[in-house]
Amino acid sequence: MSHQSPAPRSAVRRTGGLIAASALIVGLAACSTPTAPSDDPAAAEGDSTGVTDTTVTIGTHTPLTGPAAAGYSSISAAASAYFDYLNDQGGVNGRTIEFIVKDDGYNPANTQTAVRELVQQDEVFAILNGLGTATHQSVLEFLDQNSVPDLFVASGSTSWNQPDTYPNTFGFNADYVVEGAALGQYAADEFPDKSVCVLGQDDDFGDEFIEGVELAVGADGITETQRYSVSNQDVTAQIGALQAAGCEIVALATINGFTALAVGTAAQLGWFPQWFSSSSGADYPTLVGYLGEDVAPKVLQGFTGTNYLPMADDEWVTLFREINDEFNDAAPFDGNTIYGMSVAYLFAEALAAAGEDPTREALVEAVSSGDLVGNGILPLAFGPDSHAAYLGVGITTVDQGVQDYLDATYEVRDGAVSAVEPSPVPLSNAAVPGE
Amino acid sequence: MTGRRVPRLLPGLTGTRRVLVTAVVLTVLALGGTFLLDPFRNFQLATAAAYLCAVAGLTLLIGLSGQLSLGHAALMAAGGYGYALTSNALTDAGLDGLPRFLASLVAAVVIACLLGLLLGLAAARLRGPYLAGLTLALVIALPAITSVWSPVFRGDQGLQTAYNPVPTALERLIAVEQWQAWVAILVASVVVTALTIVRRGTLGLRMRAVRDDETAARLNGVPARSVKVAAFTVSAAAAGAGGAVLCFITQSVSPGGYTLAFSLLLVVAAIVGGLGSIGGAVIGSMVIVVLPWLLGAGTAALDLPAELEQRLSGNLAVLVFGALLIAVMLLRPDGLAGLAGAWRRRRARRGGSALPRAATTPPAAADSLDPAGVADTSGHSRTIPIER
Repeated sequence: MSHQSPAPRSAVRRTGGLIAASALIVGLAACSTPTAPSDDPAAAEGDSTGVTDTTVTIGTHTPLTGPAAAGYSSISAAASAYFDYLNDQGGVNGRTIEFIVKDDGYNPANTQTAVRELVQQDEVFAILNGLGTATHQSVLEFLDQNSVPDLFVASGSTSWNQPDTYPNTFGFNADYVVEGAALGQYAADEFPDKSVCVLGQDDDFGDEFIEGVELAVGADGITETQRYSVSNQDVTAQIGALQAAGCEIVALATINGFTALAVGTAAQLGWFPQWFSSSSGADYPTLVGYLGEDVAPKVLQGFTGTNYLPMADDEWVTLFREINDEFNDAAPFDGNTIYGMSVAYLFAEALAAAGEDPTREALVEAVSSGDLVGNGILPLAFGPDSHAAYLGVGITTVDQGVQDYLDATYEVRDGAVSAVEPSPVPLSNAAVPGE
Repeated sequence: MTGRRVPRLLPGLTGTRRVLVTAVVLTVLALGGTFLLDPFRNFQLATAAAYLCAVAGLTLLIGLSGQLSLGHAALMAAGGYGYALTSNALTDAGLDGLPRFLASLVAAVVIACLLGLLLGLAAARLRGPYLAGLTLALVIALPAITSVWSPVFRGDQGLQTAYNPVPTALERLIAVEQWQAWVAILVASVVVTALTIVRRGTLGLRMRAVRDDETAARLNGVPARSVKVAAFTVSAAAAGAGGAVLCFITQSVSPGGYTLAFSLLLVVAAIVGGLGSIGGAVIGSMVIVVLPWLLGAGTAALDLPAELEQRLSGNLAVLVFGALLIAVMLLRPDGLAGLAGAWRRRRARRGGSALPRAATTPPAAADSLDPAGVADTSGHSRTIPIER
């Protein structure tokens, strides 16, 4: 037990230790060697990770905490409720859908961990509706390397529409260029003499939205542009600058929380411009949640937004309301609820189209085929060369506390904005696909 | 672990040579250990290794030189941004692979070093809460800095960097995450070894002298200001390397990854592990990686109501870290690393075979373990118990 070992013994020990360590490493090398994709016999038949005889496991990353949580946390809950409803009806091809929701606090660094855990620990079949531009961009490369279907990202960034670079990634929102262009065009058509300004989030969301507005009103058509950072919950300086610039219409590329912040801050300054907002921050019930029942109807009267999903008195909305009551503990029903259920429905449709024994390849193939219809007011734009969901949006407005479509729908094709007629998809088979 | 100290295998070696040999052995073991882990755990290991760089630097700064930094996340961010900017510039210039990685790593360390030097110059004039305030301001200002210069730093979205694939020679042997863990371990081991050598050397001795009694140190000819600046710079360099590794693993850097909460987490890791102890830094960085994940898995397994789970998510870890910090301060002021020392001392007493050094190590003096490690300038002996 003496700690002073004689030299010869120590030499023996040292050598022994080295040999043992080397043997250990060589031995271990055998047990965790990755299988090269080309050698994997399963590769020929396709990858069905996350699919069992009775279940399909998918996952998402979304803000349940942090600055974006109040505006968006109801989306994943609504999607879960729809899946519960669908599972109650027998699921898709006899399989129930298990939907794992992971919180990332709208922070790209957390998204990295959450998504790695979903893919590597929980072994999900696909990532569905990962929320946020900056957050999802941080995992785009990782999902591509692991060939995980990355369906219906909850963001309107044009990054998701790069079929050559990211063949497995598909967007869900109408992209921000489309939304900006539609709002810009609507302003130009209806209020040609008013000065248009933009308040945008300090990332691709803001950049692309501005690009869209410029598409409609021209590069010189924007009077003033201001940016905000999500990590700073104060937009007084930006609102002051917009007011000083004499803005009459302010187009917002803001998430719900910051839409409310901008509108509220302006009201406090006694300034009431006309507000236009992208669909990501234009949900009236959510904004009421932020601004309060007393203030909201006053400051949000005439609030103009965009949307591409069913609204107000629609048969989809009626069914979603029932699902919400039964499977979501009658949680407050808002635009996010409709959004979440619509995404979930579209996934179910894609899964049904992927066949009896779905593989990741078949799922991606089903979406790129262009055969999915979804439930929007315009046809889905998915196809072999397009991973964008919607190329157009309808203009909405708030009147007496009710948000609904106006008679104005715009589409952006080949860099030009044009007015189109909406063609809503009718509800079929109680929103249970695959029959 | 057999309880036997690693250096005892190599009694002939002393000083820096022993540090180096120990480092090589431990590194090889850690690299071998990655074969036991699945990809996600290797990712966690790589993350822990990146944190280790920063925590080891921080533990040296707080534990040895007695200066508290609440802004180490910002120094890591400096490394991360330095890495990303250099890596992207080099990618545009057509460089990739190992040269790109090494050049970016060096740039990251240099940038963090410069920032650390600036902070250190200020720190040498400040004490305790004032220094804490300064470093705190830096980490709080980080999102504003990245927003103001958003053409360079791209605001909240941060920077994305090119992916470093597994080298062709290793492609069939290891997976990406394992490769990333290897790189992280190698960088961490270089950083930690360098810090250990600094700690054992003249600079380390001077840091302790300055920490214990600055006036006495000055009277003995120790250039106290320079020592404090050097401590900050060395510690910042380590944090910068950590930030670079984190950016290498995740291929991105954004202000959201380097919040005040993260800065505090690094301090928690240093304290829970054991202030001033490199071994403690290893334990601490493991704890801050594994604990939130364990808690997340635990709450998920409990099948709690959705609303409660939502409330706990993201908050529970902070709560547990706070509780852990208090528990450690009360029960084991010398941190988890102190447990090993205490066990050795007990064993030595019982077995009768005195380990001369361990036996003469004084029991942890409570005043040496003040969480900040900076308040005490009374000049009493403030021995950090883990001396090897």
